[in-house]
Amino acid sequence: MTYNKLKRIDLIFHEDCECRKVLEKTFSKSNDEIINDILESGLKGRGGAGFPTGLKWKFTAEQPSDERFVICNADEGEPGTFKDREILFRVPSKVFSGMAVCAKVIGAKKGYIYLRGEYRFLLPELRKALDAFHRDIKDLIDFEILIQMGSGAYICGEESALFESMEGKRGEPRNKPPYPTVAGFKNKPTVINNVETLVYAFMICKHGPMRFKELGTSDSRGSKVFSVSGDTPIAGIYELELGMSLDNFVEEFGDGDTKAVQVGGAAGFCVPRKKFRETIIGFEGVPTGGSMKVFNSSRSMYNVLHNYLGFFEEESCGQCTPCRVGCQQLIKGVEAVKKGEKKAVYLDQLLKLSETMKLASKCGLGQSVANSFSSIVENFREEMIY
Amino acid sequence: MPEVQELVKNLADKYGRKRENLLHILQGIVEQERYLSDVALTEVARELDMSAAQVYGTATFYTFLDTEPRGKYVIRICRTITCDMKGKNRIIQAIEDTLKIKLGETSQNKKFTLLETNCMGWCHEGPAMLINDQAYTNLTEDKAIEIVTDYVKNK
Repeated sequence: MTYNKLKRIDLIFHEDCECRKVLEKTFSKSNDEIINDILESGLKGRGGAGFPTGLKWKFTAEQPSDERFVICNADEGEPGTFKDREILFRVPSKVFSGMAVCAKVIGAKKGYIYLRGEYRFLLPELRKALDAFHRDIKDLIDFEILIQMGSGAYICGEESALFESMEGKRGEPRNKPPYPTVAGFKNKPTVINNVETLVYAFMICKHGPMRFKELGTSDSRGSKVFSVSGDTPIAGIYELELGMSLDNFVEEFGDGDTKAVQVGGAAGFCVPRKKFRETIIGFEGVPTGGSMKVFNSSRSMYNVLHNYLGFFEEESCGQCTPCRVGCQQLIKGVEAVKKGEKKAVYLDQLLKLSETMKLASKCGLGQSVANSFSSIVENFREEMIY
Repeated sequence: MPEVQELVKNLADKYGRKRENLLHILQGIVEQERYLSDVALTEVARELDMSAAQVYGTATFYTFLDTEPRGKYVIRICRTITCDMKGKNRIIQAIEDTLKIKLGETSQNKKFTLLETNCMGWCHEGPAMLINDQAYTNLTEDKAIEIVTDYVKNK
């Protein structure tokens, strides 16, 4: 077997950025040219869902309205994800600049950063950086960025729940459509992008689309910041080219005894060792918002699943029945099987329930509980029982 | 004017009295008082001309907007999988023993509350905890005791 070392990339954190100069250069282009550059690069959303960023900007720009908004989603709550914190800490002006480019393209006068409450300690430095940024660009564009704090609700990372929260309400997801590009914050056309997406958009403005496009695969262009944790000797934040196999990933990050990797956090998929080689990290394989959790053979996958289900049970907003009751029943169910109060075949009932939740839940939270549930139960069934 | 009423009025003056300002105001109260008392919630409802039920319903949606009395320092230990694997239970035990309170409780002198919280984004440096806004990572039992003892003595 030839072992290809994973390709480290240094686009995001590289401290080379003369943001104002890049913004001047970008603003000399027409809006269509900028959108075409972003489309050409193949950039897809880095929060996990993977919608093409250029299209999002284009749809929002085309939507007739007297007011539009750009929002930076910094409600990074997916277990195992911590890259946005690092980006906001180390290169905040690149985030602001990405928002400014988006604002120019869609015609927004106001932008917001929705920062999770757990990251409040970032606020003083972020405010300082933001003041400097506003001073720096005030003759370039009429655009102001405000910071709004979250208060410890995972669901507010879901875009429509985030709008609700910003409007001073319970963070309960809305029905879609309409999508945010049509009716987002205050029911106005809104671009909402992940922190990392905005920085990549800005890097594409700086280096041109080719520099990004030549990385990755046809379905997953570019690089991505990964948050690596769990049973690894080198936990941390790494920017890597997309499209690697999980085999290569584990070779580099595992502790030599890796049993499974949870790709994409609690809402993602658990991949067992026997599937490492065939699993590609990217939109054509297993997508991730960045969370990579490595488990070695000393770990009980029952405990992992139980921890995730407890997380979902608590973080479900409770608005729709499949998710609210489903999460409760899944956790009760696996506990009953483990204790021997239910027969092992009861797990099949629970798998059906998780499928129903996927079909019937209103938002991504309830829809994705089945991802980790079925991938853990199917691959580690005996650990659920004995 | 009682203290809470004045606080709510000042926050409403600062942020505005529209629905979209509600979370800012509630967050501002928690920052000062550590929790939202019934008096504070009704006062917010009055200032913003909303029903108290709506204010309460919004507040209780958010984990960090506590509606029960909390200590001056709220300690939140991350309970999600990586911190769990790295031994958060031992950290909780050590802090319980140091402060003589159980998980979920507030110390007699109203200085500390000990809680668990969901993933707070420090999985690579777990176990982790927040004391109010401050994050502490790579905890060991000794380190956690040292940090907490410093709060006991010096804050």
